Amino acid sequence: MSETVSAAEPMLEVSELTVDFPTDDGLLHAVNHVTFGIARGETVGIVGESGSGKSVMSMAIMGLLPKSARVTGSVKFRGQELLGASERDFERIRGSEIAMVFQDALASLNPVHTVGAQVAEAVAIHQELKGSELRNAAIELLDVVGIANPSARFEQYPHEFSGGMRQRAMIAMAIANDPAVLIADEPTTALDVTIQAQVLEVLERIQERTSTSIMLITHDLGVVAGVADSVMVMYAGSQVERGSVEDIFYESRHPYTKGLLASLPRMDRRMNKSDRLHQIEGQPPSLVFLPTGCAFHPRCAFAETPGACDGEVPALRVVGDGHYSACHFADRIGSEEGAMS
Amino acid sequence: MPSMLTYISRRLLFSIPVILVASFLLFWMVRSTFDPCVKLRASKDVEAVARCETRLHLNDPIPMQYLGWANDAVHGDLGQSSRTNEEVSAMVPRALWYTVQLIFWGVLISAFAAVALGVYSALKQYSVLDYTFTGASFVGLAMPPFWFGLIAIELLAIMPKQWLGLDEPLFYFVGLHSGAEKGFGADYARHLVLPVMTLTVQIIASWSRFQRSSMLDVMSADYVRTARAKGVPRRDVVVHHALRNALVPLVTVMALDIGALFGGLIITETIFSIPGMGQLFVRSLQAGDAEVLVVWTVVTAGFIVVFNLLADVLYGVMDPRVRVT
Ligand SMILES: Nc1ncnc2c1ncn2[C@@H]1O[C@H](COP(=O)(O)OP(=O)(O)OP(=O)(O)O)[C@@H](O)[C@H]1O
Ligand code: SF4
Ligand SMILES: [Mg+2]
Repeated sequence: MSETVSAAEPMLEVSELTVDFPTDDGLLHAVNHVTFGIARGETVGIVGESGSGKSVMSMAIMGLLPKSARVTGSVKFRGQELLGASERDFERIRGSEIAMVFQDALASLNPVHTVGAQVAEAVAIHQELKGSELRNAAIELLDVVGIANPSARFEQYPHEFSGGMRQRAMIAMAIANDPAVLIADEPTTALDVTIQAQVLEVLERIQERTSTSIMLITHDLGVVAGVADSVMVMYAGSQVERGSVEDIFYESRHPYTKGLLASLPRMDRRMNKSDRLHQIEGQPPSLVFLPTGCAFHPRCAFAETPGACDGEVPALRVVGDGHYSACHFADRIGSEEGAMS
Repeated sequence: MPSMLTYISRRLLFSIPVILVASFLLFWMVRSTFDPCVKLRASKDVEAVARCETRLHLNDPIPMQYLGWANDAVHGDLGQSSRTNEEVSAMVPRALWYTVQLIFWGVLISAFAAVALGVYSALKQYSVLDYTFTGASFVGLAMPPFWFGLIAIELLAIMPKQWLGLDEPLFYFVGLHSGAEKGFGADYARHLVLPVMTLTVQIIASWSRFQRSSMLDVMSADYVRTARAKGVPRRDVVVHHALRNALVPLVTVMALDIGALFGGLIITETIFSIPGMGQLFVRSLQAGDAEVLVVWTVVTAGFIVVFNLLADVLYGVMDPRVRVT
């Protein structure tokens, strides 16, 4: 969104973040050594298939994982380490400095309280407002996120809202205290395309107003193209590619990203009847028994097996200015434009 | 709120036919099992028997008998006990008052105990106390209430009295008052402890189990996570978001179980010599007291219907999603 993503000090710095869950079959590696940062006012898109660890990663940042989770690495907010912070410290930061919009708005709103009460609560926790002042603040928030007739809507329960309205209400709660960082976990996945665009527009408008840093999680590269400044692509809990939107869309250096791009319907390319939408073959791997070497190798058309791909985990390496790829053959991938489709 | 009113009135309307049908069936069952004029027949006074039969329309078909009975009942005449010759309309309310006291205290204490135990166990899942409560509740559920009552009398009344050399036991086990005592003071409380314990041990055990699992469900719900993500302090998350939702199913189960408590009363009132509905039932049954039994069964059925209604209404009050249907 903002044109100048400067080298400014990041709001949020995640480094080597790793999350494992003990399961009956062994350790489940949900997030593996993920490193990235978000600058003030920047929007980072996080893309990956279902189960790639996007939600677990954001929950780790918020300190909301169940006790069973084993989290290592570092998450710094304005230079302050959050991993291992006390519940009290987290309570102060959550909702005021870092806020989150969840995936499933119906399940994420409390069914027995009115939407208004839930938005007002978000305000009241971090601001000294009471009575009609509090109510007005909450109604104004509903208005900001584009809910028509907000004072009547204030009294209604979540089940009386439509899907798009519920997602807006979630956003209203998240922005109640002008957070520095907003984590939006698939805010539009359950919505139809028009509503999706409206909700994204609300996020953009809020960002313009308060220079919030947004971490936008989605499995839809198309959503990212419109709103993000930079993109991180995740596969099986690992970061496989990261770069500016231009890097990712026009100069991708990773087969998985290329696969995702090829599966997008393209407006700028005429589609012949024989042109089927490309799908990445195969299933995502088990996170307990990850494939050896590159986790993507069983599905990768470029894989050299046996060889480097199933022998050695590819490290994330620089392939351009601010552009990183975790592929043994990243250099070659770049030059084979369109090889996948 | 208007939707709430329609909801309640609709449920109320539904319960009227239920009461009517139930009272007819119960009347039919009791009339075909017991003969209300049995005492007079034994006296061989043919005229008195005939009078009794006419008064109760015994020679008419059952529906006509029922209408006659219902008509009298609406006018305040519930018949006479063949056991004591007392008016049924005086006996049943007197017994009911004792029972209502037992149920009131029993439910109040059980509700608080069950919620406290259930919430604690859920928040401290797999802690030593959680295991202790789980074990205790299995014992409570498995132990027959009459046995529990007798053990409680022995352990809490008789044995402490002997050891401490008291004149009076700390907790009484006969009636709800001693001698000329009245009111709701210390004497009353000392009489209540053991019968209320006996009456509630099983429901505390089952309600606290229920509350524990309902609380565990809710604590992992997405909206509880949302509350935490907003920075709501843990205490408020537990009370305002989790418990408030976990109570919805519990309250329904409670309202339904209270009707079933009438069964437990028969044992409790017998052990502790409390002249309530349970005792009245046992004595009337033994004496074949048809007129009392009809009223007893109808009143009991009425209670169950009322608590079912209450369950529905509370469910609607506590869960806004229910009201629309
Ligand atoms: N509490 C937990 N215990 C064990 N495994 C978990 C737990 N939470 C998540 N996982 C696992 O971690 C993996 C990553 O899940 P995550 O929810 O982060 O995926 P996601 O990328 O958000 O997918 P989606 O697009 O479907 O939301 C999944 O395999 C999931 O089963
Ligand atoms: S490392 Fe090998 S398997 Fe992995 S993405 Fe690159 S080419 Fe494919
Ligand atoms: Mg997710």
